[in-house]
Amino acid sequence: MSITEKSAPSKVTDPISIRSRKMPVLLGSLALFSVVVFIVLGPSGTATFRISQPSDVWQVPNLVLPAKAMGVLVSVICVGLAYLAWSQTQKTGKIAKWVVMTFAVVFVVGLMVWIIGGTTTQNITLVGLFTGAMLITTPLVFGSMSGVLSERSGVVNIAIEGQLLAGAFTAALVASITHNAFAGLFAAALAGVLVSLLLALFSIKYVVNQIIVGVVLNVLVSGLTGFLFEKIMKTKVDGVTIYNQPAHLPNLPIPLLSEIPIIGPTLFRQSIIGYFMLILVAALWFGLFRTRWGLRVRAVGEHPKAADTVGINVNRTRVLNVLAGGAVAGVGGAYFTLVAVSSFSKDMTGGLGFIALAALIFGRWNPIGAALAALLFGVAGNLQSILSLAGTPIDGQFLAMLPYALTILAVSGFVGKAMAPAADGEPYIKE
Amino acid sequence: MSEPQLPPPGGSLDNKEPGGGAGGAKAPWKTDNESNGSQLMREIISGNAMISVLAVLVALVIGGVLIAVTDQRVVTAFGYFFSDPSATFGAIWASISDAYGALWRGATYDPNSRTWQGRLGIFETLTFATPLILSGLAVTLAFRVGLFNIGAQGQIILGATFAGIVGFMMELPPGIHLAAVVLAGALGGAIWGGIAGFLKAKTGAHEVIVTIMLNYIAISLVLYLLKNQLRDPASSNPISPRMHETAMFPLLLGPNYRVHAGLILAIAAVFVVSWLLNRSTLGFEYRAIGANPRAARTAGMLVSRGYITVMLISGALAGLAGVTQLAGTEKLLDSDVAGSIGFDAITVALLGRSKPWGTFFAALLFGAFKAGGTSMAINADISIDIVAVVQSLIVLFIAAPPLVRSMFRIKEVRREGVSA
Repeated sequence: MSITEKSAPSKVTDPISIRSRKMPVLLGSLALFSVVVFIVLGPSGTATFRISQPSDVWQVPNLVLPAKAMGVLVSVICVGLAYLAWSQTQKTGKIAKWVVMTFAVVFVVGLMVWIIGGTTTQNITLVGLFTGAMLITTPLVFGSMSGVLSERSGVVNIAIEGQLLAGAFTAALVASITHNAFAGLFAAALAGVLVSLLLALFSIKYVVNQIIVGVVLNVLVSGLTGFLFEKIMKTKVDGVTIYNQPAHLPNLPIPLLSEIPIIGPTLFRQSIIGYFMLILVAALWFGLFRTRWGLRVRAVGEHPKAADTVGINVNRTRVLNVLAGGAVAGVGGAYFTLVAVSSFSKDMTGGLGFIALAALIFGRWNPIGAALAALLFGVAGNLQSILSLAGTPIDGQFLAMLPYALTILAVSGFVGKAMAPAADGEPYIKE
Repeated sequence: MSEPQLPPPGGSLDNKEPGGGAGGAKAPWKTDNESNGSQLMREIISGNAMISVLAVLVALVIGGVLIAVTDQRVVTAFGYFFSDPSATFGAIWASISDAYGALWRGATYDPNSRTWQGRLGIFETLTFATPLILSGLAVTLAFRVGLFNIGAQGQIILGATFAGIVGFMMELPPGIHLAAVVLAGALGGAIWGGIAGFLKAKTGAHEVIVTIMLNYIAISLVLYLLKNQLRDPASSNPISPRMHETAMFPLLLGPNYRVHAGLILAIAAVFVVSWLLNRSTLGFEYRAIGANPRAARTAGMLVSRGYITVMLISGALAGLAGVTQLAGTEKLLDSDVAGSIGFDAITVALLGRSKPWGTFFAALLFGAFKAGGTSMAINADISIDIVAVVQSLIVLFIAAPPLVRSMFRIKEVRREGVSA
């Protein structure tokens, strides 16, 4: 089963014409939204974006923007671009890519100014926004990379949530027992592989529907970690829960790079897991699209029969990819208990595995796209928690919906067409 | 199967089954009239029913192992295993029998309990089973059209929200009020399910992705409403006011037990869905689309209309589960109104093999697990999470019959007269 229903009637018509009908409608309604909200309902006063912290080596002055004037400017640009998109559709049936991209950037800027201008304090620390976002983004990236690995080879991975949770639990347990964070990290990867092993066993060997296996594995891991948490981690020895006191991975700031405003604190003052994430995304992108291995994986995911014909072992490729994905997600789970917070708690991944799935789809099964989507979702999520303290024109719950709503728009073809690998979810049975 | 692309998502849980596959247990137009006596015996010994029973057994055994190895008594006794092995086995037996004994008594009948509620746990089982039946039916119905409704969770939340708006914001005469609550809940669920069906039919958007995303949107939406419009002014928490008495399901067995008239609604829904699937024209279309959408389209059926209507009905059923939560047991709306019911519904539908009455009995079993799990947590100090472990193992085993067969060395039933 692929992500787009093959026999749906919409598939018969040219996909480009579908996109072109939807996109101007979407941009038009967003432009209308910007006129009404940013101008008519816009706040007066200014919105301040604080870029540098007092302790920074290089001080960058704060960005102070007049909210109303910015609202007018953004709305004018948005309306103009929406009109351009519409006229391009009429003429050529296609919209130039830069139109949509510029629209998205301008709209997000307008939205930020509107939100910050509407808070009681009218300012926000961008460093705090992004470093806080990394707490969400990092596990999201690992989760979506797990998805990239398995779905590019044709196995739907709904079990990301379970892999993350298994990693978080095992990392906490092993790092507590051994007092060694790296042992915890290794064990977490192994736990992720174990979940993947079940996914591979049932979906590839026994050809059980992959979505069913994924859903059930999430319940299984949630139940198992919850049970063991109650039974083992809550056990107190001398009044201390010794099995839930994991050693932590230290932050390793990179000299010079970590002093760059905003980017430095966000990307170059991380733990080893954070740096591994950056390398992983680049390596996966390169591996998938520039190497023989990647070509084979994609062939297996797009057309297993053809891949088999040229001598690629389809099911072995799939098993290996699913297992590798499990290891990656396990490391992402370790981030929860070895870096982000100090101990394991029940169901602590809280649905991030599903947001990782959303990031995967929104990033169109591309490692870099998925990582950027994870960053966007992380910023939205962190903005929500910052704003819940600061009284805003927009309720935090609507920001919380953003990743999910965007994903629905993406799979239904409003934001480009999110196309899964053609054989994603379809078992391959050799004749 | 000669062509791996063919089996629709819900068409067959075990597509590989030789001789079965899409033409086996699921083929909607096939009747088993040819079964004679000996065939029937073989069916019972090695057929699907036996697999289900064995799956439950194996899952319980694995759960028992988990309970035993994490039990302090067993660990202590194992310390002197070589000097006194019987102590270890005694401790293992005590550990497992304590846990499952409490589970059984909590789900059925406990002569030693001090309260009435505790003594007849069977009624708690029925209470927990009520929303599971309805939401399980929702998943089952969509399965039969080849759609995965992972979104029962969101549909329950929307159903409960709509039911709540009518239930605590409006004043209506008794009888009419409850009917309005039920209709509103069904409407709420239908809207949420319908979105997924509409997008599937019109844009090809995959219903699994859309329904997962809609689940989370539903949670955010209800949290927003509970913080603003629907909030109980007397409370500082994001919860709604209580439902009016006229909006509540009447209790079936007096105030001592929580079992309520929603159970009757749920059983009626089993009859309706059973009739819909097996006797109605619409049901015939649904099964045809589920078996092979391309063939159904060739036969002149409107596949996209089928997707939309089935998700509307499926959502409405899940919405009714939300109603039974709100107007039956919870009495007020909070963001956790759906609990884990929406996800349990998927396992219920799988265990029930996507058949209405199968779903009914699966829901009873899972209701028993829930009722018993609570008593097990209190009386045997076993976290209720073990129930989730056992439930998910059951489904895994049921979904992979070859695994269970190889465990027990059961031979496959070959159905005569059916070619693969």
